[in-house]
Amino acid sequence: MSTKTNHFPWNHLIGFVLSIALTLLAVFVAFNTDFSKTVIVWVIGILAIFQALIQLFMFMHVTEGKEGMINVVNMVYSIFLALVIVFGSIWVLTSGHAAMH
Amino acid sequence: MTSHANNMPLEYKTQQSQMNILGFWVFLGAEIVLFSTLFASYFVLEHNTAGGPTGQDIFILKDVLIETFLLLTSSFTCGLAIHSMRSHHKTGLMVWTIVTLLLGAGFLYMEINEFIHYVHEGASIQTSGFTAAFFTLLGTHGAHVTFGIFWISLLLIQLARRGITEKTASKFFIASLYWHFLDVVWIFIFTFVYLKGMVM
Amino acid sequence: MSLDEFFVTGDPLILASQIAIGLTMIGLIALITYLKRWKWLWNEWFTTVDHKKIGIMYIISGVLMFFRGGVDGLLMKAQTSRPELEFLDAQHYDEIFTTHGVIMILFMAMPLLIGLMNVVIPLQIGARDVAFPKLNALSFWLFFAGAMLFNVSFVIGGSPDAGWTSYFPLAGKEFTPGVGNNYYAIALQIAGIGTLATGINFVVTIIKMRAPGMTWMRLPIFVWSTFITSIIIVAAFPIFTVALAYMTLDRLFGTHFFTVANGGDPMLWLNLFWLWGHPEVYIVVLPAFGMFSEVIATFARKNLYGYKSMVYAVAGIAFLSMLVWVHHFYTMGNSAAVNSIFSLTTMMIAIPTGVKIFNWLFTLRKGRIEFSTAMLWSLAFIPCFTIGGVTGVMLAMAAADYQYHNTMFLVAHFHYVLIPGVVFAVFAGLYYWWPKMFGFKLNEKIGKWHFWLFVIGFNMTFMPMFFVGLDGMSRRMYTYSASTGWAGWLGFSAIGSIILAAGFAALCYNIYWSFRYASRDVGNDPWNGRTLEWATASPAPHYNFAKVPEVDRLDAYWYMKKEGNTGLKKSDLKPVHMPSNSWTPIFLAVVFGVVGFFLVFEWFTLAILASIGIVVGLVANSFDYDDGYHISVEELADEEREWRGDLQ
Repeated sequence: MSTKTNHFPWNHLIGFVLSIALTLLAVFVAFNTDFSKTVIVWVIGILAIFQALIQLFMFMHVTEGKEGMINVVNMVYSIFLALVIVFGSIWVLTSGHAAMH
Repeated sequence: MTSHANNMPLEYKTQQSQMNILGFWVFLGAEIVLFSTLFASYFVLEHNTAGGPTGQDIFILKDVLIETFLLLTSSFTCGLAIHSMRSHHKTGLMVWTIVTLLLGAGFLYMEINEFIHYVHEGASIQTSGFTAAFFTLLGTHGAHVTFGIFWISLLLIQLARRGITEKTASKFFIASLYWHFLDVVWIFIFTFVYLKGMVM
Repeated sequence: MSLDEFFVTGDPLILASQIAIGLTMIGLIALITYLKRWKWLWNEWFTTVDHKKIGIMYIISGVLMFFRGGVDGLLMKAQTSRPELEFLDAQHYDEIFTTHGVIMILFMAMPLLIGLMNVVIPLQIGARDVAFPKLNALSFWLFFAGAMLFNVSFVIGGSPDAGWTSYFPLAGKEFTPGVGNNYYAIALQIAGIGTLATGINFVVTIIKMRAPGMTWMRLPIFVWSTFITSIIIVAAFPIFTVALAYMTLDRLFGTHFFTVANGGDPMLWLNLFWLWGHPEVYIVVLPAFGMFSEVIATFARKNLYGYKSMVYAVAGIAFLSMLVWVHHFYTMGNSAAVNSIFSLTTMMIAIPTGVKIFNWLFTLRKGRIEFSTAMLWSLAFIPCFTIGGVTGVMLAMAAADYQYHNTMFLVAHFHYVLIPGVVFAVFAGLYYWWPKMFGFKLNEKIGKWHFWLFVIGFNMTFMPMFFVGLDGMSRRMYTYSASTGWAGWLGFSAIGSIILAAGFAALCYNIYWSFRYASRDVGNDPWNGRTLEWATASPAPHYNFAKVPEVDRLDAYWYMKKEGNTGLKKSDLKPVHMPSNSWTPIFLAVVFGVVGFFLVFEWFTLAILASIGIVVGLVANSFDYDDGYHISVEELADEEREWRGDLQ
């Protein structure tokens, strides 16, 4: 991290190319493969997480600055919350009595 | 702020800028919770179409892919804008930011057309639990993009007047975090709303 | 809409309130004009960004809201004091328990706690203000706008009446057609944005603005609990934002999130409400734990027992707080797996809470206890709160909960948690930090009256509810027949509530008395405190610390005093940077309030027109490059000499 960064932004270019490639790959997996629906959702889900990480590390520089560590903890905790909210809500609202309608 | 800070990019120079950036990261944490709540509700309601259209009935892959590429590219150009800023390249920052905003506007244009199309297909926000959750999730994202376009336009005026200073640099950096974050949200919308909706 | 639909008419109680509100407003405006205080109010209070003044405004609002919520409570107690009384009808009773709940949690507990956090936290970490002073002012004014919008409902348009939890489908347009529940959705949304901003503000303040040397394990325990609370705010409030937005869309724009028809799911509201609502309980109770810890350590003249375990316990509670929400609706008929898992996580919360209780007891052990009023509240808290906690474990068992659910037993339980856990703490905090805010103590003798009346009244009011609850009385019943045999318990409870109210009146009298007569000569450290807020003058000067203190261990000020290290050298002084006042926070909040009001009545054109004000405020804010100003060394030295005598 120097004040002047005149070099070519390879990082960004690689990130961009990767994100386009991952998007196309996800489309390919979704429409042109014979996997079961569950497998498809898992695969494209993992591809999406990869893309999010690319944005986070290659574009947003999450680890940069004095608070790099804090930012990472913050993001990990938020992702934990996201998982609790998403999977918790689905579980709570689609099992037991709620599933019977 | 000792010698350590001298190696930092301009936007991290003052204590206040560092706090602004950290505070914005914390805000993004809150945004993750906000969007995951919208996603959770969507997943709970996505099959409750109440006889109205399903996702499979109305989604059009081509349009969605164009939107995705517009937004992915805008995230890339936004990164280039910050790269120019760190090279103290004011024109580069300006040009790449304007490109970013134009791509964002293109995305919005596509999305609004898409919504109009859905309403014509008989899927308005009042149709069913599914459409309510769908439009609210997408609409919240779209509203964020709209807000971002106006906000960053204001920053461009400030940049033109003041040049790249500690303050404008930290403002642009924070706006770039916001823009990239919207791209992250879109990736999940693309995957779990559109692709999943069309496949399942 | 005709005028008599706009104003609530036909009820003598409400008519009297309307007249009283009107007269008070006119009186206040006339008084301020007569005293020529408008400019002073604007410059010193409305546009201030000083965390201490913002804290004081939060506290004043909180006490006012306490009065409003308390009157609601008294009305309910009066109505149920005898069987088949016809003091309030069912509709009016519904409105009152709804506003009582919302106001007590969101507009009484929250502002009182956030107010004390505002006053104390920057002082305790040796900072000059919070990280974002202007945002802090915006938080307060948004909260205030939300609170006012909510409170105006009972005279204009009608109060919300679906309970503070506002469960669907009851809270939907179909079953509650009036504007009352629009107030709920929109006022809470506005206040909630302010709270979220407070959370972000304090997270950053505590991470970035601690005095040199104040490492994480040297933080005063109140700072720790505020830090964790702020994290929970950031984690939980966005969920409520979404839930309220859905409610607004359902009610105003005819969507089907929570309706029974057209593929909505009423249970989704419960799920989202409690995903926020349970953490909200910890948002109000954790700062309270921190305050008790400070007060107990100070007046036991000992360091806090098990400081580290206290920190881990708070963090543990925070972590678990996001994982227990379903225990509020076991009876929705979930699968055995769901109920068992949430039963387990709920009971696990008792472990860190138990750790804290024992830490307080061990801090007291062999301490030289001084029975000040602040300490009395803390001592009374421990047994009262434990009753609330233990009945909570009873409720945590899913199978048993089918018996307790929605009974007065539950109502008694959460009052036993929230009143000792929050209200006692706020009182302890007010008595303890009052001199730091105002430069004089609250009277200890009136304080003891306040304490005994309140604690006795509290137990008399809520203890009987456990028994009528176990006997089958469900909550929110506006009347009952004599054959139930509850009249004795509920009559006793009603008498208790009068004593409780007398306790609150004693507090108000104490504030009045102390303001007029209390000695102004309290010094900077009236309680022989342990933490940094006592190192500066009382009331704290607007710049907080002339020189930022350096910290080398926990309870830093205690050891500074021991080592005679509290003086100030003039040569150490440097100009202090201060933020400038700003008009944008109050302006934005007023506009938000107006837009909210129009939305409540579904006057969309007006709402859109008024929203232009929001754009104006945000643009003005974006172009604001004000850097604040500096206080010169000379000014600092003059102000410091006033209380220190000569500088070294």
